[in-house]
Amino acid sequence: MMASSYNAKEEDGHHSGSVGPGGAGAVKSRKPDNTAFKQQRLPAWQPILTAGTVLPAFFVIGLIFIPIGIGLFVTSNNIKEFEIDYTGMDPDSPCNMCINSTTPCRCSIPFTLEQPFENNVFMYYGLSNFYQNHRRYVKSRDDSQLNGDKSSLLYPSKECEPYRTRNGLPVAPCGAIANSLFNDTLELIYYYPNKSSMSIPLVKTGIAWWTDTHVKFRNPGGNNNLTAAFKGTTKPENWQNPVYELDPTNPENNGFVNEDFIVWMRTAALPTFRKLYRIIQKKKDNLTPTLPPGNYTLEITYNYPVISFDGHKRMILSTISWMGGKNPFLGIAYITVGSVCFFLGVVLLIIHHKFGNRNNNADIPN
Amino acid sequence: CTCAMCFTLICAGEENWVDSRTVYIGHKEPPPGAEAYIPQRFPDNRIVSSKYTFWNFVPKNLFEQFRRIANFYFLIIFLVQLIIDTPTSPITSGLPLFFVITVTAIKQGYEDWLRHKADNSINQCPVHIIQHGKVVRKQSRKLRVGDVVRVKEDETFPCDLILLSSSRDDGTCFVTTASLDGESSHKTYYAVQDTKAFNTEEEVDTLHATIECEQPQPDLYKFVGRINIYLDRDEPIARPLGSENLLLRGATLKNTECIYAVAIYTGMETKMALNYQSKSQKRSAVEKSMNAYLIVYLCILISKALINTVLKYVWQADPNRDEPWYNEKTETERQRHILIRAFTDFLAFMVLFNYIIPVSMYVTVEMQKFLGSYFITWDDEMFDEELGEGALVNTSDLNEELGQVEYVFTDKTGTLTENNMEFIECCVDGHVYVPHAICNGQIMPGAASMDMIDSSPGPGGREHEELFFRALCLCHTVQVKEEETVDGIKRGIHQGKATSVYISSSPDEVALVEGMKRLGFTYLRLKDSHMEIQNRDDEIERFELLEVLNFDSVRRRMSVIVKSSTGEYYLFCKGADSAVFPRVISGKVEQVRARVEHNAVEGLRTLCVAYKKLSPAEYEEVCHQLSSAKLALQDREKKLAEAYDSIERDFILLGATAVEDRLQDKAADTIESLHKAGMKVWVLTGDKMETAAATCYASKLFRRNTQILELTTKRTEEQNLHDVLFDLSRTVLRQHGSMTRETLSGLSNEYHDYGLIIDGATLSAVLKPSQEGSGGNYKEIFLEICRNCSAVLCCRMAPLQKAQIVKLIKASKEHPITLAIGDGANDVSMILEAHVGIGIMGKEGRQAARNSDYAIPKFKHLKKMLLVHGHYYYIRISELVQYFFYKNVCFIFPQFLYQFFCGFSQQPLYDTAYLTLYNISFTSLPILLYSLMEQHINMDILKRDPSLYRDIAKNSLLRWPIFIYWTFLGVFDAVVFFFGAFFLFDNTTFTSNGQMFGNWTFGTLVFTVLVFTVTLKLALDTHYWTWINHFVIWGSLLFYIIFSLLWGGIIWPFLNYQRMYYVFMQMLSSGPAWLSIILLVVVSLLPDVVKKVLCRALWPTTTERIQCKRQCLTTEQSTVFMLSQTSSSISF
Repeated sequence: MMASSYNAKEEDGHHSGSVGPGGAGAVKSRKPDNTAFKQQRLPAWQPILTAGTVLPAFFVIGLIFIPIGIGLFVTSNNIKEFEIDYTGMDPDSPCNMCINSTTPCRCSIPFTLEQPFENNVFMYYGLSNFYQNHRRYVKSRDDSQLNGDKSSLLYPSKECEPYRTRNGLPVAPCGAIANSLFNDTLELIYYYPNKSSMSIPLVKTGIAWWTDTHVKFRNPGGNNNLTAAFKGTTKPENWQNPVYELDPTNPENNGFVNEDFIVWMRTAALPTFRKLYRIIQKKKDNLTPTLPPGNYTLEITYNYPVISFDGHKRMILSTISWMGGKNPFLGIAYITVGSVCFFLGVVLLIIHHKFGNRNNNADIPN
Repeated sequence: CTCAMCFTLICAGEENWVDSRTVYIGHKEPPPGAEAYIPQRFPDNRIVSSKYTFWNFVPKNLFEQFRRIANFYFLIIFLVQLIIDTPTSPITSGLPLFFVITVTAIKQGYEDWLRHKADNSINQCPVHIIQHGKVVRKQSRKLRVGDVVRVKEDETFPCDLILLSSSRDDGTCFVTTASLDGESSHKTYYAVQDTKAFNTEEEVDTLHATIECEQPQPDLYKFVGRINIYLDRDEPIARPLGSENLLLRGATLKNTECIYAVAIYTGMETKMALNYQSKSQKRSAVEKSMNAYLIVYLCILISKALINTVLKYVWQADPNRDEPWYNEKTETERQRHILIRAFTDFLAFMVLFNYIIPVSMYVTVEMQKFLGSYFITWDDEMFDEELGEGALVNTSDLNEELGQVEYVFTDKTGTLTENNMEFIECCVDGHVYVPHAICNGQIMPGAASMDMIDSSPGPGGREHEELFFRALCLCHTVQVKEEETVDGIKRGIHQGKATSVYISSSPDEVALVEGMKRLGFTYLRLKDSHMEIQNRDDEIERFELLEVLNFDSVRRRMSVIVKSSTGEYYLFCKGADSAVFPRVISGKVEQVRARVEHNAVEGLRTLCVAYKKLSPAEYEEVCHQLSSAKLALQDREKKLAEAYDSIERDFILLGATAVEDRLQDKAADTIESLHKAGMKVWVLTGDKMETAAATCYASKLFRRNTQILELTTKRTEEQNLHDVLFDLSRTVLRQHGSMTRETLSGLSNEYHDYGLIIDGATLSAVLKPSQEGSGGNYKEIFLEICRNCSAVLCCRMAPLQKAQIVKLIKASKEHPITLAIGDGANDVSMILEAHVGIGIMGKEGRQAARNSDYAIPKFKHLKKMLLVHGHYYYIRISELVQYFFYKNVCFIFPQFLYQFFCGFSQQPLYDTAYLTLYNISFTSLPILLYSLMEQHINMDILKRDPSLYRDIAKNSLLRWPIFIYWTFLGVFDAVVFFFGAFFLFDNTTFTSNGQMFGNWTFGTLVFTVLVFTVTLKLALDTHYWTWINHFVIWGSLLFYIIFSLLWGGIIWPFLNYQRMYYVFMQMLSSGPAWLSIILLVVVSLLPDVVKKVLCRALWPTTTERIQCKRQCLTTEQSTVFMLSQTSSSISF
C-alpha cells in the first residue's frame, strides 16, 4: 500500500511539473464525467413497502392461494391409497414365521379393497428406519462403473469399500447401495367374488427415470451378451443372482439397466421412504377399474431383513393424479398461507386507515 | 572575519556525534593529516518501492495473505478437508479460497509490477555526474553518495543533494517541491558562499571538501550538516548546512539554468523515500461489528458441530444403527480409536457447516469499498473548478465511517476560512490607514491614494509611519516572479511593462506586501542581497538584507536585519501580538493594543510590527550569535531559538496590521447542517481567541443565543482551575437537568445551547496529570462540560495539542467517532489521530491532503461527503454485512437440520457445485451491486434534511438486536425451506408418473427455494432499482436456472459421480415442486414484509416518514382504488 501511494505521488509530481503554464487542458481532463452513473443519478424505480402498497399484494396472494389450496386438497383426497405393513413383527402376522428364516420364505397376507382403484395403479414398497441417506452409504457407489465404463468395472472406485472386491474379484455393481438391493418379491392375487383367483399383471418397466435407464446407467459393451461383459467380476455378497440375471423374464432388463436396481440406486432423502415397485396398468376396456373392490392376497417372498435395525416393510398401492400421490400437506399449507395473507391484509387495512393518514400529516422536520 | 569565525566554530563544534555521516565530495580523500579517510558504505540510488521480486512473490504474497485471520481459517478448513474424510470435497472450500487468493495475488502482483516499472524508469533515467572534470551520463541507480551531479532546469533531483553552485551569480537556485508537499511556489535554495564560485565542470572537480551531516531522517524541513572546504591552507573552512542548502529528491529545478550539487542521501535513504512509509491502518466501526458477528458465528459453528457430534454418538450407541448390515464400515475405520473418530467427526461437522462464515464476504466487502470509493472521486458536486480537482480517496476502508461521525474537529485558517488574505487596514501609533477601492484583490485606478481615518500625525508620527511601511516592505520572505503564470498564490501587479507576481508560502505576507503597494510602497525585488523598494515619491530605496530570522510557529514572529543605504542597521520584526508586545519597550502600546483587540473581535488576523536600531557593534554581536547557532550540529534548533530570543528584544512598537481571511463559501451553511445532523463541531486553531471566536460567530458555530463558557488563562488567573471547572460544570449540568424537564413537559422553547472556549495553556493544565491524582478528575469534568456544549472552540493550540484533544474525545467513555479536517501541516497530527481524517487541498500545501483518508477541495464539500456519501455507504455496508450472515444462515441451517434425519452422518444436503457456487456466483452479484447502488432516500433530500443523519448514528443498523433479528429471520427461513421440503417428500411421490425422487432432488428443492428467497429478500430491501439492479437480480436467478439445467443436463466426464444428472429437470417436471417452491418462498418472505410494514406504519423513523411522504402522495389513489375493487370482489 505504501508503495502504491508513493507511485501516485510520483506521477502527480511529474504531472504538475509537466503541466506548467499550459495546465488548462490537463485541468479539464481531471474533471469527472458528468454521467448519470458516476453521479449516482441513474433513473430508478423507487418502490417502498408500506401498508398501502403491500395490502393489494396480500389480498391477491390470499385470493390465489386459497383456491389452489382447496384444489390441491381435494385432489389429494381423491387419491386412493392402500398400505400393508408386512414386516411380521406381530406374532399373529402370516409373515412372522419368515423373520428368522435364513432360507427364502414365502408368506401371504390377505386384504380387502373397499373402493375401486381407477387408472394406473402404482405399487410401492416402503422401508422405514432405513438410512439410505447415510453419508457412508450414499457415496458407496461408482457411477462410472454403472455407466458402463470398462476400467471402472474391473477397478471400482475406492468409495465402494468395503464392498469393492470379494474373493479377489471386483464386485459389479460395487458398493453398499448395490449390495443391499431390496430383494423381496411381491405379487398380488385377486379373488373374484366367485372365489376363483387371478394373479394381477405387474409391469416391471417404466418405474425408473427414463434418463437413468437410458443414459446414466449402461451396461459395459452394450446390452448383448452380458455374461461375457461381466466376466472377471463377481456379484455383490448379498445377491442371489449375478447382475446380468436380475430379470430372467426380460433380457433387456438385465445388468446395470435393470429398473428395480436403478430405482434402488436412487438413494432416498429420508429414513422412511417408499420406492416404486411395479405398475398395474389400467384395463384396456376402461370399463372395469384397474383394481376392483374385493379380496386380494399379497404374496411375499420374504428375503429382506429389517428387524435388526427396527425397520418396517410396507407394500403400498396408490393411484396418481397430476400432483402425484396422496399428500394433503401442500393443500393445507396453501389454504393456511392464503388465509394468513388474507387476514394480514385485513389487519394492514385497519392499520393503514388508522395510522396511514397520521403519518402523512405528521410534521416532517426540515 | 569569516575565517576567524569559522575557526572558533570548528573548536566549538567538536561534539562527538554518533549519528552522522561523512561524505567526500567527488570521492576525494581529504588532505593527509586533516582527518582520517573512512570510506563509508551507503546504499546505491536504487528506489525500491516494490514489495516482491520475481522469486519471492509466491511465498511472500501467500504468507501475507494467510496472515489475515479469515484466510487462515479457510486454509485450515481446506487442509482438514484434504486430510480427513469429510462430507464435502476439498474443492468446495478450496476453489473459493483459491479464487480469493488468486484474485488478490493478481491484484497485488499487478500493482507490484507497476511499481517495478515505475522503479525501473526512475532507476534507469540518466543523470549527469562530474568525473575527472567531465560530464558522464549514468543511470540514476548507479549514483553514489559523494558523486557530484549536474542538474539542468526542469529536471528532477535524482537524490538528496547539497547545492554547491548554480549558474546564477548569487549561488541560489529555485525549486518547486510540488510533488513532495504540494507547495507549487518556487523556493529559493542557497549554495554555501565558499563553493558558489565553482560553477563549471572543471572547477567543481577541483573542489576539495567533505560534508558531515546527520543520518537520514524523514522530516522534510529539517537538516543539519557542515561542509569542510579544504583550500590551499591546512585548516579547512567549515560552513553550516541547513535545509536551505538541501535539494530533495523529487523536487524540480526551476528558473535556474543548471546547478552542481553533491549527493548525500541516496536511494531508500532519501527523505522522500523515508516519508512514504505506510501509515497506521484505521479500522472502521462497521468492521469491528463485523468481527464481533464473526465471533458469534464461529461460536454457533462450533456449538453446532459439538451438538451434532455428541448426538451422533448418543444415537450410534446401538450397534445396529452405527453399522447396520447394509452399511458396513471398512476394517480400518472400525479399528480407529473412538476418540480419534469423535474428533474427526467433529472436524467433519465443522467442515460441513463452515460456509456459515463466508469467504466471499471479505471479498465482497473489499470490492464494495474499493469500487464504492470511486463515486466519491467521480462526484461532480465535490469538484472544484478553481483548483481543477475533485475529492480524493486515499483509503477506501473508511467509507462507511463517514456516516457515523459524531465529533468534527476543524481547523480554522484555510479550512473554515479561505486562507485568501486581504489587507484591510493598518494602524501606526494608533492612526488607522485604510487602502480603499479594493475589489477582490484587483486594484482600481487611483488606488495609490489612501484614506486616513485619523487626524494627520505629527512630524514624529510621520517618521514612524514611513518606517512602518518600510518595515512591512522589508520584513518578509516574499519573492517576486516576473512571469505570466505561476502556480500558487498570484496577484498581478502592473508595473508599467512586465507583470510581476509576489510569491510566498504564507498568504499573509503576500497580502501585506500588496497592501503596502497600495499604500504607496512597492517592494520591487531582491537583488544581490539588496532589497529594492519604490517609495511614494517613485524613488528607489535599497536596503542590504543581512539576516533573516525566519518565522516559526513557536516564536510566532519573524525578523529581518537590514542595512539602509545610509549605513544604519535596522532590525524589523513582525509577529503575533502576544509574541511582540512583551518585547516592546516603547511606542504607543495602549492605542495599538486597543486597535488590535478591536480588529481581532471583527475576525481579522492581526500582526504587530516593531523595530529596533542596531549599532554596528550590536550587529556584530548578533551576527556572531546567529552563525554560532547555525553551525551547531546538535540541538541546532534549540540554540537558534535561544539566539533569536536574545536578539529579538527591546523593540520599539510601530503599529499593527489587519488582514481579513474570508470565510469559505457556504462554511456557515455546512456547519449548521453538521449541527442539525447531530454532530458536535469543534474548532481547533492556533489563532487568538478573539479572532477565532469572531470566525465562529460568522460561521454560525456560535449563535446569538449561545451562552459562551470561557475556560481561558484569563479566567484561571483569577480563580484557580479547579473552581472554574466546577463552576462551569455546575452551570452546564443545571441547564441539562432543567432541559430534560422541559423536554418532558414539551415546552423547550427557551432551549439555548452552550459554547465553550478553551485555550491551549488551560487545556494542557486540564490534561496534565497532577500529583494528587486529581488530574483524571479534571479530565472527566472537562469531558462532561464538553459533552453538553454544542460547540467548542479551542484556540492557541499547538499542532500536537490538536491531536491530544482528538485522542481525549476518542478515548472518552462513549467512544465517539471523530473526524478531523484541516488543510495545513499543523493539522496532520490530528488528521492521523482521528477516526476519519479529511484534508483540504488548500493553499498551505498538500501535506494535510496527503496524510488524510479523504481529501476535498473545499470545506463545503464536507456536507455532501458526510450527509450523502457517508450515509449511503453506511446503509449499504450494514445491509451488506447483515445480509451476508443472513444468507449463510439460510444456507447452512437446513444442512444442520438434515443431520437429524440422516443419522448424523455429515451427509451434505446440497450438491458440491451448489455448495461451492452459492456464495461465489448465485448470490454474490446482487448484494454487491446493491451495496454500490442503493439509495434509500434521494440524495437531494439527504442534503436538504441533515437530521436524517441521526437515524444511522451510533452504528444503529449494526446493533445486536438487529443482528439477532436477521439471524432469527435466517433460521426461520431455513426451517421453512427444510420442513417445507420435508413434508412434501414425506413418504409420498409427487410426480404424475409415480416415480420417486431421491435425496439430491430434496436438496435441490431446498436450494432452489433458498436461492430464490435470499435474492428476493434483497429485492424487497432494494429501494433504488436501476437497470443494473434489475439486470443483476433477475440475471442471477436466471443464471442459477441455466446453470442447474446445464449441470444436470450432461454426464460430466471429469466427475466421478453423476448424482445431479437430470435431477433439476425432473424436479421442474413435477407440478407440486413448482407449487411448493412458490409457497415456501412466499412463506419465507412473509414475516419480514409484515415486520417492515408494521414498523413503518406504527413506529416510523424519520427516514421512513420521508420516504413515505414522497411515495404516499403518488400511490394513495391507486391503492384506495385497488382496495375498493378487491373488497367488492370478496363480497361476491
